[in-house]
Amino acid sequence: MRVLVGLSGGVDSSVAAALLLEEGHEVAAATMKLWGGAGDSGCCSVGDVDDARRVATQLGIDHHVFNFSEEFEQRVVSPYAEAHALGRTPNPCIECNRHLKFRRFLDRALRLGFEAVATGHHARITNDRPDGLPRLLRGHDAAKDQSYVLSMLTIEELARVLLPVGELTKREVRARAAALGLATATKPDSQEVCFVAAGPGQGPRRRFLGERIELHPGRLVDRATGAVVGTVAAVELVTVGQRRGLGASALGRRYALEVDPASATVTVGSEDDLLTDHVELTGRTWVGGPLPVGAVVLAQASAHGRPRLVRLTDTGVRYLEGPDRRVAPGQTVALYKGDEVVGSGVAA
Amino acid sequence: MLPFLVDRYGNPSGGHTVARAARRALDDARERLARLLGARPGDVVFTSGGTEADNLAVSGVASGAGTVLCSAVEHPAVLEASLAAGGRTVGVDHRGVVDLGALAEMLDEKVRLVSVMLVNNETGVRQPLEAVIALVRERAPGALVHTDAVQAFGWLDVASLTADADLVSVSAHKFGGPKGVGALVARDRASLLRPILRGGPQERERRAGTQNLAGIVAMAAAAEATVRDREKARLRVRELSTRLVGGILEAVAGVHEAVSQNDRIDAICNLGVEGVEAEELLVVLDELGVCASAGSACASGAVQPSHVLLAMGRTIEEAKRHVRLSLGHATTAADIDAVLLAFPKAVERLRS
Repeated sequence: MRVLVGLSGGVDSSVAAALLLEEGHEVAAATMKLWGGAGDSGCCSVGDVDDARRVATQLGIDHHVFNFSEEFEQRVVSPYAEAHALGRTPNPCIECNRHLKFRRFLDRALRLGFEAVATGHHARITNDRPDGLPRLLRGHDAAKDQSYVLSMLTIEELARVLLPVGELTKREVRARAAALGLATATKPDSQEVCFVAAGPGQGPRRRFLGERIELHPGRLVDRATGAVVGTVAAVELVTVGQRRGLGASALGRRYALEVDPASATVTVGSEDDLLTDHVELTGRTWVGGPLPVGAVVLAQASAHGRPRLVRLTDTGVRYLEGPDRRVAPGQTVALYKGDEVVGSGVAA
Repeated sequence: MLPFLVDRYGNPSGGHTVARAARRALDDARERLARLLGARPGDVVFTSGGTEADNLAVSGVASGAGTVLCSAVEHPAVLEASLAAGGRTVGVDHRGVVDLGALAEMLDEKVRLVSVMLVNNETGVRQPLEAVIALVRERAPGALVHTDAVQAFGWLDVASLTADADLVSVSAHKFGGPKGVGALVARDRASLLRPILRGGPQERERRAGTQNLAGIVAMAAAAEATVRDREKARLRVRELSTRLVGGILEAVAGVHEAVSQNDRIDAICNLGVEGVEAEELLVVLDELGVCASAGSACASGAVQPSHVLLAMGRTIEEAKRHVRLSLGHATTAADIDAVLLAFPKAVERLRS
């Protein structure tokens, strides 16, 4: 098959390219330039593109650089800032996968005559259904599983995607890279939000968002008493469920229950106040068509969160094994049957 | 250039026999190149290429008081150096030709340097250097004029076109010489440049560092060959370019030239292709054996929307649809035939 592998400059996609070659595919590589502007730092920086190019030359395959920085700004970075301005907690990696990696990149690959794209994600796509359609499964390495950030893909997209390292553990990936002498064998894993500079605490996110949206100091209002119990420097930086920086009451630590930048208010309460028996979902997607209301699946609300048994409702999911902490609005909830991704939605 | 890499390896700054031979070769090359550039030997400063020549011109002059003006479509080697010196840019019209009215308004006694290229490297458009110089002499008599002639030397009579400019940059690899060597002509009032590379007293204390003798000798030889054959080459490329652009416009709908042939040199054809992204067109053309380019590469190697096209009033979306086909002395009629086969095929594939 003619495959275009998305080389990020990291070890996983490097090995993905090598494995595809071993399997006999006709492979070319491309690196998406998403961020960095003229200065270039962070993800998809000059260094990463250089690493990707070096791996491609080591493997003897063509390498291209696709400049998708405008789309990235428009589809990922700008919505990330806007969501924070509304007190939501977005998941930019998922939006990048949705709009860039598996739409823009895939569309371009198909136009250029490739039959599929491949990435270095730790997840598996199998074609063992009776109807021959693909299934998306968790990666073999549970600790590195990335099926969550791919949960919004549909069968049409999965049919054009290969995830060669999903069968390997991270340790095996590094061993393969080292054995092949690839330049990226010992490169550290990438950070969480690629366009926010790495660093400890809230500082980097505050600086990044502070340049794009207005950050407002706000009040902490106790849900039970209605009393103002404290202040925060920036309402927009508080996430529902957050504990840090909110102080404590006589009843114990305080948690953020609601974030409302419009009134510059964070409603706080106890851990129990955070519990809920359901999650409302918007923008639901289904890998292979919608499941019926009442179907029992597993819901996972973060990249490596614990899957919870839920029943599908008209508008979301209901927990079956007792209440759970509220999912921060804006977070993606991935739905599984066993290890298989069946759909996704965004917490309202 | 080979002898200077093997047997005649002397350092032209030394005092012994081998060094003196090297010195002689350097002086010869300087005289030959100076003649071809319409300059005196002492005006020629050898550099590591066009970028260093441009940087030396701008930074070497801008170190004193006064502002720098350059056109908005200059090569980054001028643009960035000018911005670093607190310079301002002069706008261009829809063809990319510097706006003389805007320039006139920006000229006053505080201006120290005006830099306008002879030929743009992305669109091939020719700039009215004579008019620029006249305007500067009239409105800002204290200012110096620099022109980046890197793209021009292979095709135009640079010696006469730049005779009244104070500073002129050229680069060897644009006229058949090796990469990594160039020169700046700094004449009369501009001859006292402040060096940007500090160290030894080479190049009359205007550029420290041992000269790239092999490269310099090769550059002089390439310049002689270029000037000798220039008119013939220009006419030949004119015919090829006319056939190339005419053929593409005829075969593919929705293609237009960034600059019409009358306003540009023939060696650079910049085409906007509707409904196709240049980044994709380049990949397919490459696959079909055609090496084209687009915009300018950023540090990562990604194609950035051309600042030249943006300055000409194109939107980012429009700028991303432009590709550049360059012709050289080695381009043959068969090459043009091959492009005329491949280009429509590539566009059709991407549009379908």
